[in-house]
Amino acid sequence: MYSYIIRRLLMIIPVLFGVSIVIFFTLRVIPGDVAQTILGTSATEESLSALRGRFGLDLPVHEQYFLWISGVLGGDFGVSMRTGAEILPEILSRFAITFELTLMAAIISWIVAIPLGIIAGINRNSKTDFSVRIISLFGVSIPNFALATILILILSLVFNYSPPVGYVGFFEEPLRNLQILFLPAFVLGTAMAGAVMRMTRSSILEVLRQDFIRTVRAKGVKERIVIFNHAFKNAMIPILTIIGMQVGVLLGGTVIIEQIFSLPGLGQMVLTGINQRDFTVVQGAILFIAFVFVLINLLVDLLYAYLDPRITYK
Amino acid sequence: MTEFIQKLKEDKVGLAGLIGIVIVVVLALLAPVITPYSPDQMHTEHVMEAPSSQFLFGTDDFGRDIFSRIVHGAQVSLQVGLIAVGIGATLGLIFGLLAGFYQGKTDQIIMRVMDVFFAFPDILLALTIIAVLGPSLTNTMIAIGIVFTPVFTRLIRSAVLTVKENEYILNAKAVGVSNIKIILKHITPNVMAPFIVQITLALSGAILTEAALSFLGLGVQPPNPSWGVMLNESRAYMEIAPWLTVFPVVAIILTIFCFNLLGDSLRDLLDPKLRQ
Repeated sequence: MYSYIIRRLLMIIPVLFGVSIVIFFTLRVIPGDVAQTILGTSATEESLSALRGRFGLDLPVHEQYFLWISGVLGGDFGVSMRTGAEILPEILSRFAITFELTLMAAIISWIVAIPLGIIAGINRNSKTDFSVRIISLFGVSIPNFALATILILILSLVFNYSPPVGYVGFFEEPLRNLQILFLPAFVLGTAMAGAVMRMTRSSILEVLRQDFIRTVRAKGVKERIVIFNHAFKNAMIPILTIIGMQVGVLLGGTVIIEQIFSLPGLGQMVLTGINQRDFTVVQGAILFIAFVFVLINLLVDLLYAYLDPRITYK
Repeated sequence: MTEFIQKLKEDKVGLAGLIGIVIVVVLALLAPVITPYSPDQMHTEHVMEAPSSQFLFGTDDFGRDIFSRIVHGAQVSLQVGLIAVGIGATLGLIFGLLAGFYQGKTDQIIMRVMDVFFAFPDILLALTIIAVLGPSLTNTMIAIGIVFTPVFTRLIRSAVLTVKENEYILNAKAVGVSNIKIILKHITPNVMAPFIVQITLALSGAILTEAALSFLGLGVQPPNPSWGVMLNESRAYMEIAPWLTVFPVVAIILTIFCFNLLGDSLRDLLDPKLRQ
């Protein structure tokens, strides 16, 4: 098991290097002069060459990459081309917001999706099952930005309520923080809830058909224990897979949700960076998100082994 | 195939999805005939009017007819969906066939590159590509196409690995049929089932991604009547003119819902494990 963890950790390195190369070189093939793009057409030749010199834009591209990546490996993500602010501290403080938002969204979606999925699976083909299936399909089909817009509209027109504006950290005002993040997290969590609900239902169905469940039932074990102690634990593997896959959707979704609800998270940082063509910010933030995404997928893989002792890793 | 069509006919949910998609396609194709006005025509006397018999879904801040824009928007969505998925599916098919058939180094190189692309959340990869190419209709399609390539590659590769072990492939090899011919004539037709299911699901994903990118102002550009663009423009007037928000949202949700219904049914029909 330990050697498997170490091997998987080592496998992340080439992937992340690949990611860094893709981001860096993609952002460098932009037609035209990067310095000109940032400073505008009215910039003087001196200011242009000063900017090029400062960010090494006059060096060959591969040298620029090595400069950047060696900085990143030493914990230095460089500075913003627009504001000159250090990028890593900014990423970390914004990531705290995105992380809290993502975590809340995930928790909300699990609380709703797993029980409903189990109920639908146990009462297959009943009215409850049918409703759960339709709800979950709607959950998957409603884009989060559309749901956010329509919820804000309904809350405002029907309940005369507008979501709180401005962001307050959890450790400053915990209640207000949760109040601010609840609606965005709820919207973000719906797609995941839909997917998790569907997977829970179908994997519960799959497990309930198996011989060992029949044996357990034949022994006279209470149905509640059959479902929770035997069926659910065995149904967890595919559910975990879908949860792992959905993390990417959540992290991507934060870009839009943070924009709609004006939350100063990592997603908004990427979007502002793209709009302002601040490439050092964009490449740093996206590399960081990819790193988190890869790490979470690894964690999900490792959880399999914990949940299913039949899976052995060599 | 006839058995498959029969089953699809019996599956009411999938059929409902298919009918919904046909309606969207027909609306998109007949948009100039069905709509009373051009999507860009401004009725300056009728700015932000609520739905009425003259303007079925109301008008926007430029006095443009929302109904006409929604119907023309279906064209944009389907065009982006089809071309983007076309790009992703074609690239994925080629890479998947090569990786699965030749294995070894070819497989290693292709799949490691795909792993790298998998490490990006979809929308972020699309945003990065748009950041480089600049926001426009064509670039949106290219970006989404690239985003979808790894999923198709992985799917086709694993299907090829299974098909390749069949005896008829080994026979074809033994009698000296060329690799290209084996790939095209014997393998490709046999990986079509999962490929088609993935295309249906990817179409809904592509339409959704286009709407999201356009909503962020980084996809299709105004005055193109994309549903995402319309929704983004509506936000400023949401409370005084809710119809500007409601109709694009409904259009997006229903279209994606229909594609998902069909995709789901196709998957159930083609996957024996889920068939019960």
